[in-house]
Amino acid sequence: MEKFIKHTGTGVPLRRSNVDTDQIIPAVYLKRVTRSGFEDGLFSAWRLDPEFVFNKQEFKSGTVLVAGPEFGTGSSREHAVWALQNYGFKVVISSRFADIFRNNSLKGGLLTVIVGQAVVDALWDAIESDPTTSITVDLEARTVSYNAITVSFELDDYTRWRLMEGLDDIGLTLKHTDSIDAFEAKRPAYKPKTLPIRV
Amino acid sequence: MGKTLAEKIWDDHIVRSAEGEPDLLYIDLHLIHEVTSPQAFDGLRLAGRPVRRADLTIATEDHNTPTLDILKPIADPVSKLQIDTLRSNAKEFGIRLHSLGDADQGVVHVVGPQLGITQPGMTIVCGDSHTSTHGAFGAIAFGIGTSEVEHVLATQTLPSRRPKTMAINVEGTLKTGVSAKDIILAIIAQIGTGGGQGYIIEYRGSAIRALSMEGRMTVCNMSIEAGARAGLIAPDQKTFDYIKGKPHAPQDFESAQSYWQSLYTDADAKFDVEITINADELEPFVTWGTNPGQGLPLNASVPNPAEIKDAEERGAAERALQYMGLVAGTPLKKIAIDTVFLGSCTNGRIEDLRAAASVLEGKKIASTLRMLVVPGSERVRQQAMTEGLDKVFTDAGAEWRNAGCSMCLGMNPDQLAVGERSASTSNRNFEGRQGKGGRTHLVSPLVAAATAIRGTLSSPADL
Repeated sequence: MEKFIKHTGTGVPLRRSNVDTDQIIPAVYLKRVTRSGFEDGLFSAWRLDPEFVFNKQEFKSGTVLVAGPEFGTGSSREHAVWALQNYGFKVVISSRFADIFRNNSLKGGLLTVIVGQAVVDALWDAIESDPTTSITVDLEARTVSYNAITVSFELDDYTRWRLMEGLDDIGLTLKHTDSIDAFEAKRPAYKPKTLPIRV
Repeated sequence: MGKTLAEKIWDDHIVRSAEGEPDLLYIDLHLIHEVTSPQAFDGLRLAGRPVRRADLTIATEDHNTPTLDILKPIADPVSKLQIDTLRSNAKEFGIRLHSLGDADQGVVHVVGPQLGITQPGMTIVCGDSHTSTHGAFGAIAFGIGTSEVEHVLATQTLPSRRPKTMAINVEGTLKTGVSAKDIILAIIAQIGTGGGQGYIIEYRGSAIRALSMEGRMTVCNMSIEAGARAGLIAPDQKTFDYIKGKPHAPQDFESAQSYWQSLYTDADAKFDVEITINADELEPFVTWGTNPGQGLPLNASVPNPAEIKDAEERGAAERALQYMGLVAGTPLKKIAIDTVFLGSCTNGRIEDLRAAASVLEGKKIASTLRMLVVPGSERVRQQAMTEGLDKVFTDAGAEWRNAGCSMCLGMNPDQLAVGERSASTSNRNFEGRQGKGGRTHLVSPLVAAATAIRGTLSSPADL
């Protein structure tokens, strides 16, 4: 995973709440067996509308998505994170994220930043009045800055450290194989197994 | 102080906990399907990692599979590649797979319980958000993304933060014609699509205890639509009886049952949040909008966004009505339907088919619509045919299909056309969920069947 320390880019204002993962990437795009190439499916239904924010020239190069509350609800498809990353997003800012989407994003190095809705509203206004507004998301300092404004956000130390080091969770867990072995040795015999097959 | 059910199960699965770090949780069962697993297996191959516990892993084909001509080669080459990829991964890593045509193929969340492999006190994960279904047995079951699928394959564990706990007490007695689906739709309408965020919900109360295991699965299934990490119900005699005799029921049933009997929330335990719902007052419920929280009793009318105070909610309602092609003030029962879909991990089990068939028996569906009946699994399909339910459906004019996720998510050819309107027993009414431009109203199997007969959203009482 790529390290995330600090990112500076322009924003894309997505003034919608309850943006579900079926909108982010519709199911028909999920048949692929790769992790890349999902950018064409990102918001594909909404992008048919020429007025949709993604189709406006001034927001085409944005890398920070600023979205309404309950972003990423619904399906657990990690393809939603990949589609956003494949399209070029590094950060999503919202006042509330759905749990599974949030987990997926932080596993995959797409930084999801939670700030109050008033901060989101102010960011929307700033980006819309000047689409070239530069937004800096500093994971080390846990701040979002634009114009002369700096806002703090919360992220637990462990996740922050993992993102800043670009560490793979599996590698970290495999350091504790002894603990897993010990746990397994004590699991009760009545716990079900899928093999051998019983009919 | 005592513990809640969720806390007991969580604590029993901690492999390792350290200050400031997420708990490392042991996973008792990992369910796999074709859509969210290929990239995880690729990751294992790249890193040269084996699957740690193939004997705690099981796979089936459900999301993109056809429901017609299932034994012919899959027509869509991209879908075929995904199915072939699952088959070769299962073979390479020694994972049990139930393929199309196999007696145990079906929607992953229908397959686990019918094999008896879903049991109380377990931790269960799957790369699918409706894994919460298995919580009906008193298990902590939740959906994960593909990176986590890879993590579980490699380590049989997941680093996870302990969720908060919420109790939803559903007290009282459901009226005739009101079912588990109506309970959960009403709950989501009340607490909202983000109401359960960060929580494991425990459903409690007399109305929950009175539900069958299948009804409990319907309730837990849609916990994710309320934003919850998981939903569960304390196991009881109904749970034990349901498991007994299933292929993978514990051989030492007594030892297992004595543990299961310890799985309840202690009287002095405290939930972070507690909500009470009066079951006596519940009515058949239906969604009118484009998220599962936008629901109302069937007797109500399409809401008027102008009357919604919260600006955000008002905007969402306006957008939803525009997408759904609905006019504020229209009685919900006047809405004409083009397609009725009976199936999915929410309502594709045998009791759901029986309920719908009881309404349709000897009647015909309206000439203005089509009805698809898609059993949740091949076993459910076989059982339904043994009971003659297939004949009730086909005599009424409905299509009797093979098992799979089908029109619930429109990944296979079973989709709505642009502007087409469905009454669907599935779980999501998102824009385009059942096909690009399709419009979805979520309903119970009883409402689906009555709607099929009348052509407009209806309950059996309207017949």
